[in-house]
Amino acid sequence: MYKLNNVSKKYSQSRREVQALDGVSLEIPAGQMVAIQGPTGGGKSTLLQMLGALDRPTSGTVTMGEQEISKVKDVKLAEIRAKDVGFVFQSFNLIPTLTAQENVETALEPLHLPAAERRERARAALESVSLSDRADHRPSELSGGQQQRVAIARALVTNPKVLLADEPTGNLDEDTRDEIMDLLEGLWRDQGLTLIIVTHDSAVAARAQRRLVIRAGQVKDAA
Amino acid sequence: MFFTYLRRELSGRRKQTAIIATGMAIAIALVIIVNSVAAGVKVAQASVLESVYGVGTDISVTETPVPPAAGAKLPGRFDFGAGDGTTAAGSTTVSQSRLTAGPGSQTMDATNVKTIAGVSDVKAVAGTLVLNNVTFSGQVPDKAQRQAAAPNDSNGPPTGGADGAGGSSFNIQSFSVMGIDPSATAVGPLSAVALNTGRGLSASDIGQPNAVLDSTYATTATLAVGGTIDIGGTAFTIVGTVDSTSGDSGTASNVYIPLDLAQSISSNAGQISNVYVQADSASNITAIQTAIQAALPATTVSTQADLAASVSGSLATASSMLESLGLWLSIAVLIAAFLTAILFTVSGVTRRTREFGTLKAIGWSNKRIVGQVAGESVVQGLIGGAFGIVLGIVGVVIINVIAPTLSGSASSRGLAAAGGAMRSAGGNGGGFGNGVGFGGGGGFGGAGRGLSQAASVVTLSAPLTMSIIFIAVGLAVVGGLLAGAIGGWRAARLSPAEALRSVN
Ligand SMILES: Nc1ncnc2c1ncn2[C@@H]1O[C@H](COP(=O)(O)OP(=O)(O)OP(=O)(O)O)[C@@H](O)[C@H]1O
Ligand SMILES: [Mg+2]
Repeated sequence: MYKLNNVSKKYSQSRREVQALDGVSLEIPAGQMVAIQGPTGGGKSTLLQMLGALDRPTSGTVTMGEQEISKVKDVKLAEIRAKDVGFVFQSFNLIPTLTAQENVETALEPLHLPAAERRERARAALESVSLSDRADHRPSELSGGQQQRVAIARALVTNPKVLLADEPTGNLDEDTRDEIMDLLEGLWRDQGLTLIIVTHDSAVAARAQRRLVIRAGQVKDAA
Repeated sequence: MFFTYLRRELSGRRKQTAIIATGMAIAIALVIIVNSVAAGVKVAQASVLESVYGVGTDISVTETPVPPAAGAKLPGRFDFGAGDGTTAAGSTTVSQSRLTAGPGSQTMDATNVKTIAGVSDVKAVAGTLVLNNVTFSGQVPDKAQRQAAAPNDSNGPPTGGADGAGGSSFNIQSFSVMGIDPSATAVGPLSAVALNTGRGLSASDIGQPNAVLDSTYATTATLAVGGTIDIGGTAFTIVGTVDSTSGDSGTASNVYIPLDLAQSISSNAGQISNVYVQADSASNITAIQTAIQAALPATTVSTQADLAASVSGSLATASSMLESLGLWLSIAVLIAAFLTAILFTVSGVTRRTREFGTLKAIGWSNKRIVGQVAGESVVQGLIGGAFGIVLGIVGVVIINVIAPTLSGSASSRGLAAAGGAMRSAGGNGGGFGNGVGFGGGGGFGGAGRGLSQAASVVTLSAPLTMSIIFIAVGLAVVGGLLAGAIGGWRAARLSPAEALRSVN
């Protein structure tokens, strides 16, 4: 699925330069479930952004499928994000004014589907995370675990090839964490996703097929 | 999705929507009120002018006044001969009418009309003679009685006269008369009148003692079509009455008669006091003014613009206040409203950095996000605009209900008596007691003399036109778009990676 070749990312922030990624070369086959661990500030989120076509490396190449995403224009990056990638964030990042159903529909907006099809697919996605009965609720009316389920439905409603999750259980208690991990694992298995999860939590990382550790911008396989 | 999201944002962030919309509403209401009041003031000014100059008059020509020659007799004297009047019961009743170009009015040669008509680009010309008719009527003791009583003073008390005891009483009536060319009424004072009863003057009235009356004057003087009116000693048949077409102001004169008769009765053969000129097109007015002035150096040539500047009184104050204060106030409030909208939109976008970062992460294009932000702002502007229009209409309606009156006067040199002021033309009475002599003639000529103004009290109405509403809606959209464009630009500039990193 992914091929990274000597990828570096440098942030220059008020005189100081930060080398967030330092010559990362890496391959992730399609359908793999990968956990990324490492100390805070190690470059986990930065790596996930490269994989998710949210940002370009300072040097090196990132290839996703056949596409070298480190070279393409912004508009094309947005298209890749819309079609091939799903994101799940630590703090859920739902639109506070929209209902659960509408939040899921936002992911389908760039695909320009007919309204009826859009509604139906969003409804089905909510059902797959067992939240049909909360479709009309606002995020503020949902628990953390329920909000993260809505976020997962939003990430998967487009049938992406990759699901990228940055500490998806970081804001949840242990029971809810296990619930969410069960859900993610089930969906990964059912849909043949490539699932990449950044986590501090060894219990979460233990569920992955492969564990990567990033320290000071350098990636190593843990096992 | 666009509309769902829009609706949810506007109702979910009511405070911001309310603030932006309120600012916009106040500004737009102000623009509507200032605009429509300004339009009302223009209409009022035009009506004051039209009552004097008629519709379509571009240039007015009058003789520049010069001081009267030393020893010149003021016109309008009444001389009664020994045989004048009719005597009955010891009193002699005398009555005389004088038609004169009253003091304060200057006449000029009627050939000026031809000269002006010869100026290129002049479309229509009309000369008028502005006159004032004063009627003196009263009773004095019979002369025969006085003479009989004179030789022996010890005779009993005097008899005869108005009070039967040798007293006298007289009455002075004054009204304005305008001599017009009945064959040329396209331009001039009669172009701004509408027939009330009877008929107007036409070419066949030249040389005929027929008169048309201002309907208000006809009512106050209890005259009607079919009756007669004594003008300078000649009985004129009243053939019609006319109304002003411009609102509350009266017409330019109380009575209109054919110019030739006006000239002969007032001993002003070949004289006129005013020439009304209509230009081919508005762009030629200045050139015509210059040409007339060159051809007739002794005249004063005024354009409609000069005349509008001569409208004075509270109307002029209102007009200048609107132009300065009203205009600047609405611009200032508009700018404040736009700035408020921009500021709140930008701060809204900043607050929603994470939201827009998330939308970008799930594949929304910059265009789509800018459109969403701009859509929200435009709708906020439109909500403000709608409330502003309602507020503005309420304001305009309140002004129209209060209907403030403004007074305006258009000075017009050469018009001895014109417009609304002469509507008060009535009797000036005076009296003198036995042996005291004339002492009470103070009011004599007071109504006619020097009345070179048409004073009108105009009710201000603020007309609300569709174009004002369109301008208001346009401003609301522009304000919304401006705020949306700036807010959208801010949202577009966010890099998704950094937006997601933001901690709010
Ligand atoms: N936009 C940026 N500007 C400047 N420095 C940045 C930026 N993004 C990341 N960094 C820096 O790059 C380094 C790696 O950051 P990153 O967020 O990838 O770490 P992380 O492993 O995800 O840490 P955490 O576990 O705290 O989330 C850090 O030192 C961070 O301060
Ligand atoms: Mg991180």
